[in-house]
Amino acid sequence: MSRPATAAAAPGGALRARLDPGLTALGLVILGLLGAFIVYPLLQVLWVAVAADGRPTTAHVVAFLRRPLFREALVNSLVSGVAAVAGGSVIALPLAVLTTRYAFPGRGLVQTLAVLPLVIPPFVGAVAFQQILGRSGVVNLFLLETLGVSVPFMEGLPGVILVQTLHYFPFIYLNTAAALAGLDPSLEEAAQNLGSHGPRLFARVLLPLALPGYAAGALLCFIRVIDDLGTPLLLNYTKLLAPQAYLRVTTAGLNDVDGYVICLILVTLSLLALWGAKSGLRLAEYTQQARGPEFEPRRLRGAGRVAAWAVSGGLLGVALLPHVGILVLSFAQVWSFSYLPTRWTLGGYEEILFRAPHFVWNTLRYAVLAAALDVVLGAAIAWLLLRGRTPAGHGVPGVGALDAIATLPLAIPGVVLAIGYLRVFHGWDVPGLGQPLTASWLILVIAYAMRRLPYTVRAAYAALQQLHVSLEEAAENLGATRLRTFRRVTLPLIARGLVAGGLIAFITSAVELSSTILLVPRIELGPIAYGIYIYMQSAVGRGPGAALGVVAILLVAVGTALTNVVARRTLGAAFRM
Amino acid sequence: MAQAAEVRLEGVGKRYGTLWAVSDVTLHVGRGEFYTLLGPSGCGKTTLLRMIAGFVRPDTGAIWLDGARLDPVPPWRRQVGLVFQNYALWPHLSVFENVAFGLREQRVRGDVLRERVRAALRQVGLEGFERRRPSQLSGGQQQRVALARTLVVQPRVLLLDEPLSNLDAQLRAQMRTELARLQREAGITTIYVTHDQAEALSLSTRIALLSAGAVVQEGTAWEVYHHPRNRFAAEFIGAANILEGVVAEVRAGEARVDLGGGIAVRAAVPAVGAAPAAGSRAVVCVRPEAIRVVTGGAGGAAAGANALAGRVGAATFEGGRVRYEVELNRGLLVRADAPAAPGDAPAAPGTTVTVAFEPRDARFLGE
Repeated sequence: MSRPATAAAAPGGALRARLDPGLTALGLVILGLLGAFIVYPLLQVLWVAVAADGRPTTAHVVAFLRRPLFREALVNSLVSGVAAVAGGSVIALPLAVLTTRYAFPGRGLVQTLAVLPLVIPPFVGAVAFQQILGRSGVVNLFLLETLGVSVPFMEGLPGVILVQTLHYFPFIYLNTAAALAGLDPSLEEAAQNLGSHGPRLFARVLLPLALPGYAAGALLCFIRVIDDLGTPLLLNYTKLLAPQAYLRVTTAGLNDVDGYVICLILVTLSLLALWGAKSGLRLAEYTQQARGPEFEPRRLRGAGRVAAWAVSGGLLGVALLPHVGILVLSFAQVWSFSYLPTRWTLGGYEEILFRAPHFVWNTLRYAVLAAALDVVLGAAIAWLLLRGRTPAGHGVPGVGALDAIATLPLAIPGVVLAIGYLRVFHGWDVPGLGQPLTASWLILVIAYAMRRLPYTVRAAYAALQQLHVSLEEAAENLGATRLRTFRRVTLPLIARGLVAGGLIAFITSAVELSSTILLVPRIELGPIAYGIYIYMQSAVGRGPGAALGVVAILLVAVGTALTNVVARRTLGAAFRM
Repeated sequence: MAQAAEVRLEGVGKRYGTLWAVSDVTLHVGRGEFYTLLGPSGCGKTTLLRMIAGFVRPDTGAIWLDGARLDPVPPWRRQVGLVFQNYALWPHLSVFENVAFGLREQRVRGDVLRERVRAALRQVGLEGFERRRPSQLSGGQQQRVALARTLVVQPRVLLLDEPLSNLDAQLRAQMRTELARLQREAGITTIYVTHDQAEALSLSTRIALLSAGAVVQEGTAWEVYHHPRNRFAAEFIGAANILEGVVAEVRAGEARVDLGGGIAVRAAVPAVGAAPAAGSRAVVCVRPEAIRVVTGGAGGAAAGANALAGRVGAATFEGGRVRYEVELNRGLLVRADAPAAPGDAPAAPGTTVTVAFEPRDARFLGE
């Protein structure tokens, strides 16, 4: 999606850009912001991992790898990533094939529901799964009563993997479905014409052709899984890299080197996966270049229809269990060793809406501010990328770097960014603020804005790409200055794309946990995600925690609906490469 | 080689919404024929081809291959080889594996497989390209791979969907010759879809001219060109002067058609079909190359020929010929093609000339 490097600006772009000090200043300001809040904190973190007394060394990494606990965490993280990808593929691939190759009533619903798991925080799902599959959950209760056995679904690493699989499989689904739907139908027809059909056709032609898209989705899923902090913390299984980093920093302190080595490993893994996903998609592009007519899905009737419903119902039923579970839990006063709560209450909602309304209020405030910041930055960056340079990359200095830096947050785990912020901004007062940045809620807004920036850059870039430069040149030709042209011509034409990108930034910021949990200065400054985490620490807090979860789901649902209104299916597109 | 088959379409129709893309088409393609479906875009020719390949299900009628019903058979069992307009080469497979694809489906293996793939590539002049990817080939080479991929499985019928439309002009002429050679060598029944009348005329044993989903005329290239059935056929294939008028009299196998304004032409009465009756409306077609442009009075025209006085409106030198637009009285325009010999300079615009053509070169057209 984000391939600004190939973009061509007007032939006069270099000249115009060089003559425009305002544009250069804008570029430098943005570069400075991204440098201060993305590059510098990241480099600080990585530097600690590879330096001693100001010199590069591998000693920390070696020492890290000598510790059995850390070796285990590394292996466990890799295992959970691979297992979640494997499990997610089992769910996502049938759904992708079903929804792209076949037409049946409810296909649109399946497509929508298949994205839903992404929009609740995975740790909310973890709580719900405890209730359903946990030691005293519904399923084990049933097994105990009927068979006299219980299965530890949710214990240890398998529990973490189960939750992550069901939460992150939509990445695989969305990317594979996009690859399958984009295939030139004549490639399939040619195979049929030569005698191929059914599973053989799938294995010999469709699967290889969709493979790059699938690989991209699988790698994105992998990045998110190893980056996930909330699920292991809530399930109380910490022998994984992300929670180890968190624990080192919160217990051993900010100067403990091991936490930084973990960050180095996390970033390296993410960058490798991101790079792999990108090169996979470069391959995929040319399978889709010769676009013939759109593929027409095969209409299912009778038994085929029932089978389609059964497969999608079964797969999505499991994946959407957390949503149902959290809703029930939010009204439960007592829910233990019973299929449903034995006593119902509205107390959870009373707590979060009246006694401690700051969680919801903070979330709205932070997410709106972060999204607004992202929209402004995204529009400016996209504009500089497309209009501020020539094909050779000349023009505003540093534009090439801007492109790379604005994509970078996709590969920086939230824990790493948070640790970087703590390291860089802790302990010195910001002039005018009177306190360190890390003591202010502003740090959360900045963290969210930086983490979600790639979404608005991409959205703005796509919108701006549709806009031919001659429309702007016509305005300038009629006497409008650069700024007025942007306001009167460019902005109205790309507003839709910008708003859609902003909504995605809002939705995803509203449920962010992995940097939140480290950066919240005081409990009353925490957003919903933090509130859920706090409430879920105690049994009595589960009701209010679940109620906050429901609020989060509602927020995301409203945001999703708005996104769909503004720009059809953009939410899904945001999670594709 | 392939056992050439015959294809029969009976009353075949396909409807999209309320629009009949193909309606009531009946055709018979004989063994070893090179049969062309010719027509403008949207005439239903590709839909017909895709029905034979099994990718479009006809709403009416039946398709027969060597006396067996073809339309209930799924595409993968039809043994009709389709060469796609965009070639549809699989980007994830090498040239060798693209060509081997169909053979592997037939469980052909080992040396036999290798030998047959190699032979097919030799046939299209692509030996040594086995390991390339489709993206590393030029358009013409991709075209050849697509042909080899289809021919190697020895289909009973070869279907070609505008195979030359994505090539540049020079390559197109070369591939046209090569296609004809390959088809002759394989002796395979071929159905060819094109909108290019020159391709259709030069390649086909027979042509079916289609318009708006229906067959307008079927026949050999010669017949379709020289005996167009109606105005559409006359104008779509080659250039045509269309003269409209009223039959004044019919005598001795010739009809005199009054075009109005004191101009009349004599046209041969067709040997078959109803003779035109005096007083009925008539449409007459004369090909530009049948018309001579004579300078210096009507005396230059042969005896018995139509000779009409006019003025040169434009003379366009096109290399091998000069294309004249001659204005007759009352603004009636006639196009005429004259050979461009180095000796005779073309008549300048404004020159008074006589246009002359034989009555047998003037054809009556149906509506």
